[in-house]
Amino acid sequence: MFGNIINWIDERIPMTRVWNMHIAQYPAPKNFNFWYFFGSLAMLVLVNQIVTGIWLTMNFVPSAEGAFASVEYIMRDVEYGWLLRYLHSTGASAFFVVVYLHMFRGMIYGSYQKPRELLWLFGMFIFLALMAEAFMGYLLPWGQMSFWGAQVIISLFGAIPVIGDDLTLWIRGDYVISGATLNRFFALHVIALPLVLVILVFLHIVALHEVGSNNPDGVEIKRKKGTVAEEDKPKFKFHEYYTNKKDIVDAIPFHPYYTVKDIVGVVGFLILFCYVVFFAPAMGGFFLEAPNFEAANPLKTPEHIFPVWYFTPFYAILRAIPDKLMGVIAMGASIVVLALLPWIDRGKVKSIRYRCGFHKLNIAQFVVTFVILGWVGATPQTDFKTILSQICTVTYFMFFVLLFFYSKNEKTKPLPERLTK
Amino acid sequence: MKKLVIGLFALLPTLSMAAGPSMPLQEANIDLTDQASLQRGAKLFMNYCLGCHQMQYQRYERTFRDIGIPTDIGQETLIFDGSKVGSHITNAMEKDDAAKWFGAAPPDLTLISRVKSPDYIYTYLKSFYKDESRPFGVNNIVFPSVGMPHVLQELQGLPNPVFEEVEEHGKTVKKVVAVETDGQGEMSVDEYDHAARDIANFLAYVGEPSRLDSESLGIKVIGFLFILFIFAFLLKKEYWRDVH
Amino acid sequence: MSNAPVDNSRRRFLTIATSVVGGVGAVGAAVPFIASWNPSERAKSAGAPVEVDISKLEPGQLIRVEWRGKPVWVISRTPEMLEQLKAHEDQLRDPQSDEPQQPGFAKNEFRSIKETIFVAVGICTHLGCSPSFLQGGFGEKVEGTDDGFFCPCHGSKFDMAGRVFQSVPAPLNLEIPPYYFIDDTTILVGAEQGEGVA
Repeated sequence: MFGNIINWIDERIPMTRVWNMHIAQYPAPKNFNFWYFFGSLAMLVLVNQIVTGIWLTMNFVPSAEGAFASVEYIMRDVEYGWLLRYLHSTGASAFFVVVYLHMFRGMIYGSYQKPRELLWLFGMFIFLALMAEAFMGYLLPWGQMSFWGAQVIISLFGAIPVIGDDLTLWIRGDYVISGATLNRFFALHVIALPLVLVILVFLHIVALHEVGSNNPDGVEIKRKKGTVAEEDKPKFKFHEYYTNKKDIVDAIPFHPYYTVKDIVGVVGFLILFCYVVFFAPAMGGFFLEAPNFEAANPLKTPEHIFPVWYFTPFYAILRAIPDKLMGVIAMGASIVVLALLPWIDRGKVKSIRYRCGFHKLNIAQFVVTFVILGWVGATPQTDFKTILSQICTVTYFMFFVLLFFYSKNEKTKPLPERLTK
Repeated sequence: MKKLVIGLFALLPTLSMAAGPSMPLQEANIDLTDQASLQRGAKLFMNYCLGCHQMQYQRYERTFRDIGIPTDIGQETLIFDGSKVGSHITNAMEKDDAAKWFGAAPPDLTLISRVKSPDYIYTYLKSFYKDESRPFGVNNIVFPSVGMPHVLQELQGLPNPVFEEVEEHGKTVKKVVAVETDGQGEMSVDEYDHAARDIANFLAYVGEPSRLDSESLGIKVIGFLFILFIFAFLLKKEYWRDVH
Repeated sequence: MSNAPVDNSRRRFLTIATSVVGGVGAVGAAVPFIASWNPSERAKSAGAPVEVDISKLEPGQLIRVEWRGKPVWVISRTPEMLEQLKAHEDQLRDPQSDEPQQPGFAKNEFRSIKETIFVAVGICTHLGCSPSFLQGGFGEKVEGTDDGFFCPCHGSKFDMAGRVFQSVPAPLNLEIPPYYFIDDTTILVGAEQGEGVA
């Protein structure tokens, strides 16, 4: 009976084939570690954001007059409204946590290198769409930080020569941030950008499955046809789409091995996530900023305004440069340069495990730089911090410049023939 | 690498303490489970604050239910303007009038505990002092040039300022660092501290009425997730015996 | 699903156990989403009981009040209207009010607390239109009954106790809301005596 239904469907859409090709018989390297949880976790958070987002729109009022009150209505009058809202607000920060860690994984294991350039680019587009999504979503509660944060960020476009002022006016649809801005951001936040995100995630996975996953050793599991002895091949059945073209070593089917492993990651993540949602949804002012509990007031700027934590490293680069246009360019460049990694890194070895000591140092300094920039961008400016942010801006870009040069003739450790545990 | 991630998380709380008021706040030690305190705070709020400050997002009925006041008793003793129990906690003051009288409309207090903090409210209520140069004859240490009168004066009396010479930007200035009771209030210093704490507690409740529900549900959810984690972990171990 | 040649009861047990516990979690996670569709505090507040002043209600007059967004009729029935109720009982679907369309206190001949004062939710039990009150003009719909309610949407007919006539689309008598008399001239619609104002 069940088999008949499956057959009936398979004759009409390729359900079983897709299941096998991409899940049950998809060859994944057997040595994924902790860092490989963040892709599936990003997917989980995306689903959380979409579902809780849909539920929030059921009670949210997208107007300058009604937005702030409707959020409080959700928090107080709607049954479990507080939970839906905290799931969404915490989810926004969690999204960036997992995405940053996911990107960092790609950096240390060289997952952007050939043949995964397009995979990396799709990822960067997801990151951009996510930043736009988060920025527009942050305006919607119509609190003081929503309003003034958006005011500052939109004003950045004013730095563009000639068309800058007209452009900011056009984005806002008014002389200040107003109900018009709120409404267009709402439309983009709930419909346009989620749609773009979902499509990009789909393409990201299509690209991933075409080239196959990288792994902590950075050694390919797909070998030239005929180069692998029969006894070295895994005992698992992989889809012929992969085995016809290549010989495969050290792989396991994604399902059940990585599905059961990802479930462990998902539940572990949910424990941390739920801790924040239920016990510290504001996360000490980092996930929900205190001034945002005050309704937007176009006549009064809060004492200190900062973007939410996930934008602060880039914001710090903007503030580090004393020229408005140059600051905006530097901030833009700090993101673009990430997208260019596949071409900046000219190394032949992917994983940090087998690269030179200098590369490890360079990555370490990049992490420290990123964290310091994040801290500087999230705290009031002082003379010391201005200098600090300028130093870090230099070291941020220095990471890429150095990488470009030393990767050409890098002294690397010998790669293992097969994946290590 | 794992250490690095843990290190990043460990950094978060220190970052959050970056910004703060210049005057140290006194700890209110609020307790949302102390319903008697919440009820006293509600009574003080309705009697002394609501005349000017609204809680336009919070309803009487919900408040009574959450802090353990029976609806009919709440309606009789805490609703002064004849509002229905289902209505928001508001007053009849016109915003424009209020702005004329006080220079700015008194802010809504529904979320004040989240904009500031319960400790701020507690300290603020205890920091009024006599200052004839101000329109209402009072000033406040944590909110200099405050635009409201000391509405709790009949309870606390009108404290006198305690000055101290402090170095600031290389100059010595006279600054108010503490207040001293004038003994004219209905309450002793201790009683007034409790009253201020009760108000801070009540405002903390109103700022996030879901807090206690959230924590009791959270314990269950996380407990459940731990059980699921054990099963998921054993399942993973079992399957991965195949992988060599 | 596993394509490795291992199969044992431990594996099966853990798969089922994890699925069951995970399923419980999924059901639990659905609760807030489902519960958030219940009437909010605002809806409940707006749906709170309504006081109706009937001191100026003339015999034969109908007044409408809104309760939970629905029209509630309060009618002062004349002795003639009450007289008619017995005459056409054989033409009704549910003359004894056996269907649970009224609180216990209104399961009587007049479907009301006081004989003269009739309170009902003015919504046709067919598809939710609000029937018209045909005072004196109902005779052309039902012979021998001068007053009644006629639904303009699909022609359902109800008598002065809100009881539905046979051979019309509406299946049930009009709903009687909970109410009680606070005093002789005030009715509280939306709560029964002793329930409090909540």
